[in-house]
Amino acid sequence: MLSIDRSIIDAIVAHARRDHPDEACGVVAGPAGSDTPTRHIPLENAARSTTFYLIDSMEHLRVWREMDDRDEEAVVIYHSHTATEAYPSRTDITLAGEPGAHYLLVSTREPDTEEIRSFRIVDGVVTEEPVRIVDAAVDPHAVQSYKFGQSPTAVDYECSGA
Amino acid sequence: MAIEVRIPTILRSYTGGAKVVEGSGDNLGELLADLDSRHGGLKGRLVTEAGALHRFVNVYVNDEDVRFLGALDAKLNDGDSVTILPAVAGGAFGFAAAAAIGTHKLAAATAESGQPAPDAAR
Repeated sequence: MLSIDRSIIDAIVAHARRDHPDEACGVVAGPAGSDTPTRHIPLENAARSTTFYLIDSMEHLRVWREMDDRDEEAVVIYHSHTATEAYPSRTDITLAGEPGAHYLLVSTREPDTEEIRSFRIVDGVVTEEPVRIVDAAVDPHAVQSYKFGQSPTAVDYECSGA
Repeated sequence: MAIEVRIPTILRSYTGGAKVVEGSGDNLGELLADLDSRHGGLKGRLVTEAGALHRFVNVYVNDEDVRFLGALDAKLNDGDSVTILPAVAGGAFGFAAAAAIGTHKLAAATAESGQPAPDAAR
């Protein structure tokens, strides 16, 4: 399960839309060991490709050092697919190098539909996990009506893998 | 001589979980051979069978990408710090196709990575 704030998801989707049709990529850092993504770091796709992303090696070092200095880690590593579904490709699986990270995929193939899914990728094995979007701006004590599967402060996106 | 090597999470299975190990060598190739003698299999994750540094692994000496320092021939000195990071890369493209363009486009992207890409004003 990935729990992530609505404002971060909105920023990631906006980044993906902005870079469309190129793939967009970035990380969300969080305190080490917390499994809580708190700091969105959009990165540049050095491959500038509609079907491939690559973080520049010097930017990679800079961002990872900065996280280290702040006692953070890459809780989420995200990228977009711009013509296909938000599911890891064979390339994504082969190159996944952070077994502790949530791999968040965004598809921008439909301009009006938000398509986000999250996965663990460990030793070539992909496991989808639910995404719980938390709306920190909503007062959880306020009286609200909500639908099945939702609570006043969160929306759970179920998935087949969990 | 001692060189500090920072190991990424994905390779710590080779170092007994250690985040930092020490090794020695006059260049990166020698250092990796030295590390492999104590952490068997580590070198194979970083160097291809053809003897080149794997394309999707970033190795730095202090703050420099070794690709700009001669890759496996990058010279090392006592007290240097080597950092290994698995490249953050992927995408919708099939891997065979990505590997095929890899020798051209990605090599160019990597070579240019020290400076802004020329088409940055897109």
